[in-house]
Order: sequence, then C-alpha cells, then structure tokens
Amino acid sequence: MSKEKQWPLWEVFIQSKTGLPYKHAGSVHAPDAEMALQNARDTYTRRGEGNSIWVVPSDAIIASNPADAESFYEPSNDKIYRHPTFYVMPEGAKHI
Amino acid sequence: MTVNEALFNYCLRLGDNSLILSHRLSEWTGKAPILEEDLAITNIALDKLGQARFLLQYAAQLEGKGKTEDDLAYKRSEREFYNSLLVEQPNGDFSFTMARQLLNDVFDFFLYEELTKSTNEPLASLAAKSLKEIKYHLRHCSEWIIRLGDGTEESHSRIQNSLNELWAYTGELFEMNEIDSVLIKENSVPDVSKLKPKWNNMLCEIFEKATLKKPEDGFMHTGSRKGIHSEYLGFILAEMQYLPRAYPSATW
Amino acid sequence: MEKKNPEDSFQVKIDAEEKIEPKDWMPDEYRRNLIRQISQHAHSEVIGMQPEGNWITRAPSLRAKAVLLAKIQDEGGHGLYLYSACETLGISRDELIEQLHSGKAKYSSIFNYPTLTWADIGAVGWLVDGAAIVNQVSLQRTSYGPYSRAMIRICKEESFHQRQGYEIMANMAKGTAEQKQMAQDALNRWWWPSLMMFGPHDTESAHSAKSMKWKIKRESNDELRQRFIDKTVQQAEVIGLSIPDPDLKWNEQRKHYDFGKINWEEFTNVLNGNGPCNKQRMANHIQAHQNGKWVREAAIAYAEKQKNKKVPA
Repeated sequence: MSKEKQWPLWEVFIQSKTGLPYKHAGSVHAPDAEMALQNARDTYTRRGEGNSIWVVPSDAIIASNPADAESFYEPSNDKIYRHPTFYVMPEGAKHI
Repeated sequence: MTVNEALFNYCLRLGDNSLILSHRLSEWTGKAPILEEDLAITNIALDKLGQARFLLQYAAQLEGKGKTEDDLAYKRSEREFYNSLLVEQPNGDFSFTMARQLLNDVFDFFLYEELTKSTNEPLASLAAKSLKEIKYHLRHCSEWIIRLGDGTEESHSRIQNSLNELWAYTGELFEMNEIDSVLIKENSVPDVSKLKPKWNNMLCEIFEKATLKKPEDGFMHTGSRKGIHSEYLGFILAEMQYLPRAYPSATW
Repeated sequence: MEKKNPEDSFQVKIDAEEKIEPKDWMPDEYRRNLIRQISQHAHSEVIGMQPEGNWITRAPSLRAKAVLLAKIQDEGGHGLYLYSACETLGISRDELIEQLHSGKAKYSSIFNYPTLTWADIGAVGWLVDGAAIVNQVSLQRTSYGPYSRAMIRICKEESFHQRQGYEIMANMAKGTAEQKQMAQDALNRWWWPSLMMFGPHDTESAHSAKSMKWKIKRESNDELRQRFIDKTVQQAEVIGLSIPDPDLKWNEQRKHYDFGKINWEEFTNVLNGNGPCNKQRMANHIQAHQNGKWVREAAIAYAEKQKNKKVPA
C-alpha cells in the first residue's frame, strides 16, 4: 500500500477587530487555500475571535535564525536616540 | 385550520428538519475524515440545533399549552414529527452526508431567503439569522462536493452514487399542504413550488464544477408532511428521547 | 574565551524562564520528551471525544445537547492546537497518528473507562476536566513556547467545561432519588481513576526529574493531585455527594486533605490495555481514520489538478 500523502500545513492569522494587526493563532491542515480558510474559521473563530483571517502555507514562511539573533537585534539596542524619551524638553513646553 | 394552527405546524416542520439533521450530523463526532472536518461538521450541527431550539420554542408559544422546546422535542412520537425524509436518512459514508447536506442546504437557502420577507416577525428574524449560517454550510458542503466529484475515480463514483440514491427524496421538499395555503395567503411563508427552478439551477452549477451528472428525476418518496416516515426516524427518537421518557418526573 | 557547551546555555535560558522556540537549539532528549508529552496530551483530547460523544444523541435536553456538542468540539480543537504545537518539533501529524495506532504513543488512561449513565457526563466534566485543568493551568508556564501558547488558549476555552459537568451533577443530586443515586454512583466510579490521571507518585515517575529540570512540567504529580483533591472535596459537600474514600480527612498540620491508597495495580492494568474500553477506543479511531482515507486523497487529487491547470506545461 502506498503511503498516504498528507494535507499541507497552513499558518493561521486572525484579526479580531478591524484596525487591529493580524495575530498568529495556530495552524491547520488543508488540501488547498479555500479549505484552509474554512478550516481556520471552524477551528480558530468559534468564540467570535475573528473579523478576518489570513492563511499562509507554512513552508512559505521564512524565519530568522536564532543563531543570528546577536547580529540581527543587538545593534539596535544602543540607538536610544530613536526613542522620544531620549530628548530633553525645556520645562513648560506643551503638546510636544 | 386557523392561521395560528398553521403557523404552529409550519414551525414544527422547519424545527424538526433542523433537529433531525443536527442529530444525524452529531453522529459524526469523532469520526470525520480529519480532525479539522470534525470541527466543521460540529459547527453545522450546532447551528442546526440552535435553529431547532428557536423554532420549537416559538411553536410551543404559539400552541399556548405551556410546553417547552424540550416537551416538543422529547415528548412527541414518530407520527407527530414533520421533518423531511431526506434529513433522517442515515449518514452513510462522507459523500452521502455531504450530498444530503447539499440537497437540503440549497433548498433551505432559497426557502430562508424568502422567509426573511415574511410578514411574521419572529419567522423573518429567525430566517435572517439562519440564512447567514446556511450560506456558510452551503459553501462548505458545495466545496466538498466539487472536491469529491473532481477528485479521484473512487470519490467521483461515491458522490455520484450518493446523489443518485438521495435524489428520490428531493421531490418531497417542494410539497405543500393546507398549512402552506393558509400561510401563503398571509404572506407569512413562500410558495415553495416556485423555488424549484432556482434550486435546480444552483445544483446544476455545482454539479458542473464537480464534473457530476444531475440525477434523473424519477420516482419520488413522500409522506413526511403527514408524519409518515422511514423506519429510521423511530430509532432516532428512541435514542434521543430515552432519558425524558424513562424518567418522566426528572428534570436535568 | 571559553567555548560554552550548548546544553549549559540552554539550561541557563530555561532557568531564566526564557521560552524555547522551534528554531532554537535544544537537546535531543528535550525534543523527544516534548513530543512524547505533547502528543500524549493531543491524543488524550481526541480519544476523550469518544466517551462523551457516546451521549450526544441521548442528551436529556436540547440545551444539554448543545453544551455537550460544543464541549466535545472544543476537545477536538484542543487536540488540533496540540498537534500543531507538536508539529513545530519536526514531526508530522500523520506520524503522530501512526504512533497512536501502533501503540507507541499513549493517551490518558481515564478515557478507557465507559460512560454508563448521563451522570457520567457530569462526572467526566467535573472530575476529569477538573483534574485536567489543574494540570493545564500549571502547564501554561511550560518552557516550550508553542506548547505554552496552546495551553494558554486551551485553559481560556476550558473554563466552561468543568462548570458544565458540575452543573449536571448538582442538578441530579437535587433531583429524584434515582437521579441522586446515579450521580453518587458516577462519582464512586470516576473518583479514583481521576486521581490516577496525575500519574504515578513522584518517587515512581519515570520521566519526572528531567521534565522538571527542563521545566516541561512545572509541578510534580503529587503536588497537582493534592491540589485537585483539596478543591474538589468542598464541591462534593456543597451538592451533597460523598467522596468514596473512608480515609479522606482534613490534616490541620499539613493544611491538606489526607487520602487513601490509590490502586496502582488497576492503573497499570488499564495502561497496559486491559481497561474496559481500550480496544474499543482504538478500534474506533483507526476505523474513522481508514474510512476517511479516500476523502483525504480526493481532496489532494483535486488540489493537484487545480495546480496543474494554473501552470500550463
């Protein structure tokens, strides 16, 4: 008997309200995009969590490598001038 | 027959349809082809159960004998149920369940669309809510019909056979009796015989995408409008009603 | 500069309560341990649908039917979340199911007991879900990110499950004499198996030490079991049912209930396949999976045809 081919895996992102960012909810198996959307709806929006859904084939997601974390993220740690609290405002100045 | 009596009976017809179909779908729990589909079928079963509860509550209210949804679901006998023969048919394989769902949902889609215009406010508002659910059920099962029809040779022949076998139960969907005539006069319910061309067209479109043949119209089973059912209904009720029948003085 | 052993830096992260994510380095044994625990957990959710599913078509009211359907659907959903978490460790759902069917992977033995009366649906929700929740709340802080996230979602959704069961028990306990007797009988049959759900005593548990060190598990079997007993005794009193343990009594010094000896022989027996429903549960799952094969294949075949249509050769 030949080995059964498994349905591909899809990552599910849910927007709970218009205007909010899409958040990763989990994954589902589905044979194609339409069924992935339906399976995501039936699995991850059973309690009114959803307003809109994205499904993405899991193998289409490119993730950064944890080994690169130091060179990817640490260089931004000392650029504190990117944060508004870096700047000293004269006392009494408003709406700035 | 008074309008009130007709309305009561009409609500039983719709309510029983939803209840019995929900019962059949709930038998799939834990048995679907894949876990994702288990959740999908249960969602449909829950929607159908919700519709049934609304309709039976409303029916109990119309009857005015102080009964509840549970009295109507659990204390009526085989000859007092008015669901279609179609929905009481056993699940069979997955293709059979999807075919049964499709034939029922396409009909329900057009029926409930008309009911949203009902002069009867509770029916109209139920129909508006249910129509949203039915649209999704229809989308789900028609996508499955297409995949089974245009999938493998095996799936194609299974779904074609299921449709052929169930076709004989579709004539009954369009049958009307005194209940309908009373309520049509009130503009409370549609003349379902007029829905048939739309029902046919939508099915044909789906069958074409699914590379399936529309079954031939032939002999059609009938009986449910008079409460005459297949033998299957008795077993559904025996199972469903067992506890309240065995312990009549108990509340749960 | 001294080169650090990866296992040491891994443990440093764990000790600092940092979560481990799928692409992070992890010891093989950590991965294996996780796959074993998460898949066992997933299989338990899915097999657990059967004893409750047994009563859907016989639920005594439409409300009870809707609640039970929604609850069992949740179990399926939770199985699905957990399979997803497990798949991030590099094993496919197919392999996981194969391991279940071959007997290599286990599921919670509690689901090998039968649900004989409607009161059992109450007892399962109150005791079995109650015990599961104690365990799951603790697991929200597990060290593996995807597992922890799944547990958080599951705990949020499960909060109604135990209430549903307790409500059934409470209604039956104050119902007719027959109902009360059914409720007490269900408690008698489910109490001890529920205590066994937490697994062997800490001194006997094969996987515990490593799992605790890696924070896959956050609290020991005995700690969790004690917490469950302490909170359940009062709930039984409120509805007038008695817990079937003559040795159960409050220990003022320990500030915990003392309880009688658990019958571990029964536990081992059920674990080894000799429970009342082991064969039936597994046969049902295998049958459903096999019956679905042609459906899954049809969907794949259709998807491939569609792809080929889009890309002309």
